[in-house]
Amino acid sequence: MNFTEDQVNRYSRHILLQDVGVEGQERISSGKVLVVGAGGLGSPVAFYLAAAGVGTIGLIDGDVVDLSNLQRQIIHFTADVGKPKVISAKEKINQLNPDVEVVTYQALLTAENAQEVIKDYDFVVDGTDNFPVKFLINDACVITGKPFSHGGILRFEGQTLTYLPGAPCYRCLFHAPPPPNAVPTCSQAGVLGAIAGMLGTIQAAEALKYLTGVGELLTGKLLSFNAKTMTFRAINTKRSEHCPVCGKNPTVTKLIDYEQAVCDISDRRKT
Amino acid sequence: MGKITVNGKAQELESPLTLSALIALNNVAQPDMVSVQLNEEFVGKEDYEQTTLKDGDEVDFLYFMGGGSRP
Repeated sequence: MNFTEDQVNRYSRHILLQDVGVEGQERISSGKVLVVGAGGLGSPVAFYLAAAGVGTIGLIDGDVVDLSNLQRQIIHFTADVGKPKVISAKEKINQLNPDVEVVTYQALLTAENAQEVIKDYDFVVDGTDNFPVKFLINDACVITGKPFSHGGILRFEGQTLTYLPGAPCYRCLFHAPPPPNAVPTCSQAGVLGAIAGMLGTIQAAEALKYLTGVGELLTGKLLSFNAKTMTFRAINTKRSEHCPVCGKNPTVTKLIDYEQAVCDISDRRKT
Repeated sequence: MGKITVNGKAQELESPLTLSALIALNNVAQPDMVSVQLNEEFVGKEDYEQTTLKDGDEVDFLYFMGGGSRP
């Protein structure tokens, strides 16, 4: 890959970084990352990946921008209310960095389309707010051997882990989705807007570390933080031999569309 | 009895304690929704009652966290 003078200038702070350099920037510029959900987490993830010059960014989200999103979903602006999120996000990415090719899927990620959608990407970022899709991303990535970053936020807290084939997966920690409405989502319990930025930028950094091969990923670790006390903690985790998807006797061998929380569905009807 | 560590914080063991009792003692909200690690190994819910904690044990409660965007 030959960078133009403008590109050398644009990415100079990466190129200057000893562990990244021209070679690392080339890996970033030819990298392909899928961001599932163009919302609270997807906004900072997509922004930083775009600024970094990730070659292809895939965005999948079936929702349209709502006024209540703007408190944390920083890739969407007031004028975007009513617009599909993937279109709104693509417009900002194009303005930020025309080097990036943006592929949009204005759809939900489902058991039917998941494998087809993720197969073209090097790395997947989970920026969803619901457990059915979090488990779907995990299962699709484990079954097809695709690295991904899990992220979750609620109120003042966040958690994230990075999966690589062979490492503990999300289901090793949590065997099955909670029943609908058993665990509150952000739309039910609220979230401090900046928490989305704190966690999303960690996920973006993991994606860039994966593409460049720099450092140690959050594999075999669940990083969690509480912004009220501003304490961070990484818990070491191991693969569970009872894991339903990557354990000794897997019971999940194909993808599953779990039931959505009832109030999420009614929310969707409203918007 | 000794000391254990619960989610990174030291906790005194005043009498023999099972994982079930520890969950109750710590007022874990929605115990059914929590994953429990003892010394970095997952413990199945069916084993909480038979697992007695000993000096130096490290217990972690892992909670579900959603967040992000409704895709």
